[in-house]
Amino acid sequence: MTPTIVSVVGSIGAVLLLVVVFELIRSRRLQERYALLWLLTGVVLLVLAAWRSGLNTIAGWVGIETYPPAVLFAVASFFILVVLLHYSTVISKLSDQNKILAQKLALLEHRLEEAEASRP
Amino acid sequence: MPEQLVTPALLAPDPRLAGLRRVAVVPAYNEAESIAAVVREVKGFDPEFEVVVVDDGSTDATARLAVEAGARVVRLPFNLGIGGAVQTGYQYARDHDFDLAVQVDGDGQHDPRQIPLLFEPILDGRADMVVGTRFAGEGSYRPPLGRRIGIGIFARVVSFVVGQRVTDTTSGFRACNRKAVSLFAADYPHDYPEVEGTILVFKHRLRLVEVPVGMRSRAGGRSSINSVRSVYYMVKVLLAIFIGLFRRKPTPLEER
Repeated sequence: MTPTIVSVVGSIGAVLLLVVVFELIRSRRLQERYALLWLLTGVVLLVLAAWRSGLNTIAGWVGIETYPPAVLFAVASFFILVVLLHYSTVISKLSDQNKILAQKLALLEHRLEEAEASRP
Repeated sequence: MPEQLVTPALLAPDPRLAGLRRVAVVPAYNEAESIAAVVREVKGFDPEFEVVVVDDGSTDATARLAVEAGARVVRLPFNLGIGGAVQTGYQYARDHDFDLAVQVDGDGQHDPRQIPLLFEPILDGRADMVVGTRFAGEGSYRPPLGRRIGIGIFARVVSFVVGQRVTDTTSGFRACNRKAVSLFAADYPHDYPEVEGTILVFKHRLRLVEVPVGMRSRAGGRSSINSVRSVYYMVKVLLAIFIGLFRRKPTPLEER
């Protein structure tokens, strides 16, 4: 069985995560599109931490018989990996766009200088 | 159907428009099939309109065709999404000191002859932003089931949040006066921006009026919205609306 204290601490942690994410969105420091995965993570962890018999059942499915809270760690790690991977794609896109912006800006500046130089 | 909505009186140039500079903002992403017709139609309807096409990183001939048709074209260096494109148009309107801006989709579903219907409440001094809705009144528009459900949910949620009945929060056929233009130029949401934009308008205590308009089916191209994405956007926009409820109300500029 899952020790009660693990469920309590796990739930508090998940709620804290949700509150922090919510506050970040509210104060416009985090855009909704990047917050959805975090919110999903928080909700799933909260459900698994609070729903004790559910955690035991899932632990049984995946063959964890001695210590069901290990499922919590496994799920948390999985979500962290997914969030990281998501951010890697976001960074790739940003760096692409950043390159395009720098190129456009350099070419524009060059054209502006030429135009100014050719003016009498 | 659009013909019935335009009364002959509205087709004559409104004397109140004299001296008011007006711009049509047309966001376009790969709309080569329809963009030239849209630009010509707006120009043909009212030659005094400046038409600015915001090319949202199209990979087809959208920008060239729009220039040839007589539009000013602002080309974004890459695809920003509809929100970023439309906001660029409003920034153009603000920077070039236009009095009235109307937003028209690049796919030809909006009929420029109905623009006077959108301007009417602004010229009357009753509205800061006017939305052409497909549902209030006699409009017989029936979108596919999935989209109808989405539009219905947004309409209910937004009506509840703003405390005024709003029937069509996803319509991109809208007109703005200077106040609304400068608001949107400074702050405009991302995906399905019309929904959050509607709430933004109320939060800044601008007045919104809906007028019934008819819309045509798309003249060309494909809708940028597919079903999986729609569900994702829907969740995202509902989350944005929900969290928006907990933000402090902004103070309108004139009361600062």
